[in-house]
Amino acid sequence: MQSRAHEFKQRSATALLDPELKRAMGKAKGGFQQKRRNAVDALPEFEALRQAAREIKEHTLHNLDFYLERYERAVQSAGGQVHWASTTQEAREIILEICRNAGAKRVTKGKSMVGEEMGINEALEQAGFEPVETDLGEYIIQLAKEPPSHIIAPAVHKTKDQITDLFHAHHQKYGLTDRVTEVPAIVNEARTVLREKFLSAEVGITGANFLIAETGSSIIVTNEGNGDLTNTLPRVHIVTAGIEKVVPTLEDVSTILRLLARSATGQEMSVYTTLSTGPKRKEDLDGPGEYHVVLLDNGRSQMLGNEFHEMLRCIRCGACMNHCPVYQSVGGHAYGWVYPGPMGSVLTPLMVGLDKSFDLPNACTLNGRCKEVCPMSIPLPDMLRKLRQRGHEQRLTPFRARAALGLWAYFAKRPRLYQLATRLGMAVLGSLGKRRGRFRRLPFAGGWTDARDLPAPQGVTFQTAFRKRGSQK
Amino acid sequence: MSAARERVLANIRTALNRTGPLADSVTAVLDARLENPRANVKPAVDGEVVQQFLSKLESVHGAVVRVATMEKVSEAVDAHLQQNALSPELVVAPDPLLEDIPWSNRFAIERRAAKGDDRVSVTAAFAGIAETGTLVLLSGAESPTTLNFLPEDHIVVLKVERIVTHMEDAWARLRKERAKMPRTVNLITGPSKTADVEQTIQEGAHGPRRLRVILVG
Ligand code: SF4
Repeated sequence: MQSRAHEFKQRSATALLDPELKRAMGKAKGGFQQKRRNAVDALPEFEALRQAAREIKEHTLHNLDFYLERYERAVQSAGGQVHWASTTQEAREIILEICRNAGAKRVTKGKSMVGEEMGINEALEQAGFEPVETDLGEYIIQLAKEPPSHIIAPAVHKTKDQITDLFHAHHQKYGLTDRVTEVPAIVNEARTVLREKFLSAEVGITGANFLIAETGSSIIVTNEGNGDLTNTLPRVHIVTAGIEKVVPTLEDVSTILRLLARSATGQEMSVYTTLSTGPKRKEDLDGPGEYHVVLLDNGRSQMLGNEFHEMLRCIRCGACMNHCPVYQSVGGHAYGWVYPGPMGSVLTPLMVGLDKSFDLPNACTLNGRCKEVCPMSIPLPDMLRKLRQRGHEQRLTPFRARAALGLWAYFAKRPRLYQLATRLGMAVLGSLGKRRGRFRRLPFAGGWTDARDLPAPQGVTFQTAFRKRGSQK
Repeated sequence: MSAARERVLANIRTALNRTGPLADSVTAVLDARLENPRANVKPAVDGEVVQQFLSKLESVHGAVVRVATMEKVSEAVDAHLQQNALSPELVVAPDPLLEDIPWSNRFAIERRAAKGDDRVSVTAAFAGIAETGTLVLLSGAESPTTLNFLPEDHIVVLKVERIVTHMEDAWARLRKERAKMPRTVNLITGPSKTADVEQTIQEGAHGPRRLRVILVG
């Protein structure tokens, strides 16, 4: 997918003024947070599981080449094929080739963030295939021609009325001419339309929540059952997965599964957790005749060796964005690429370049909620801070900010001068603002005063007050 | 071996400060970890496992009816059909366990994989997991996977002795009873649902609208 992360400032400014978005996001937020809270509170072992999950992932990442090779071998011995891709371009070519060989026309898709990374829908369309998203949220945004705005609830930004309009516009061609306005009817209509697509597709593409080295299985976790119809009905099943998705054994995956649904939706288990291992067996009455896995690197091996390697523990649960005040205000689209919220603000710069997404690490209040709720204990705020620093080192920070910081550094390194300057500054501001007690506007501080008043300083500087307290003891 | 494969593996090894694959002495240890999988943290499951299984399953809106013997399954299926005003047409998995059921001759029964417009399927579960009220179903000649997803009503027959405490216990049984992994393992916890329209939960998204478990024993 083409990144528009460099437009974060404009896009978030527009998003903040969108009343529909505000309504939709307001509805979602409380639910996600409360449901997670309840699920975590109900499981005394949550912290222990979190610790174990972290160790499993670290162990695997530390021996990633080994586990990928063992995984590959297990897939092959189950009759499946593994394809490796360093770039999204390579991955797209592999998938198109498989679809061509299958003589496909229609390709159903389960939700896949890696699929979004590689922009597989656009590629399939351009090559003359008909890609059909089957997760309800993904289907809605496919009709709206929009990217997902949340990694587990892709249409969270849409209101029911907007969905009614979309269905009315797109479903009349199937003879469904009534406007469906209530949730059950909306879901039913999607079921009817998509059922036909499931049954006629030649290829089904799913993502993978996990790959298991022990058995060569890929796992998908869903609630709707769309992923299962996608990986069972067509002749060919293609799995797309990042190389960091592998875990050693079924026992290891069990540990992480206990964290995933609770962190994402507050469920103990999602409705369907499905392990697919190779193509259908000789004696099977259904299932795909071919099973392919496309393993995508796309910058992950780079991350493995640098200070961001902990990001590879991410299981894409979405908890960090559900608890992020910035995400809650601007929505997922403002982030401009596949991954929004805190995890996106780390991943996007690493995958598409910091120079093209410079504002993302700054779109953070460093309140630390994301790190607190992350089931894989990923230090997101620390990483965002490091990216800010990188940006500064690469001279990506705007000139004004650099100049101001430089000036501050000059004074900060000279304590006497600093004290004198702050005392002087406070005295001047204090007496200027004495009458009203605050400033409506200040030169060079428009960024602050455009949206709110600046209180005029009262009393003495912090340092003077601090010294005074010390001497009172 | 594709060039991309070699490139990805080389990048990984460089990132891990290595020049080549792990030494044999190390891979031996890792292989041992793969061959003797160990459970990590297993949450405590309070109370009796069958009770726990039933209450967890009900909490995710799976309907359960318990019968004493296989002879009673036919009756339980009939009750489900009547309750939901469904016609007595069943697609039953060609599973030996289900062959033994003395089906009422009221039913029209077919034994095959599912089609797009089937209404009711009956399949047998490999295991039930008490921890979360989860059913484990395996694909195979006797249990086509489509029966778990296409019909509107999915009826699952589970023998009480197949209920285990944790997910890990189900894996242990799988390794013991099957020579290799089936093509598909379905862990099913409740009927299909979605919350994609304004976070409102709606059951019957793409999979079965109703999940009915008949617990035998
Ligand atoms: S960073 Fe953590 S909280 Fe965010 S999606 Fe990944 S695992 Fe979940």
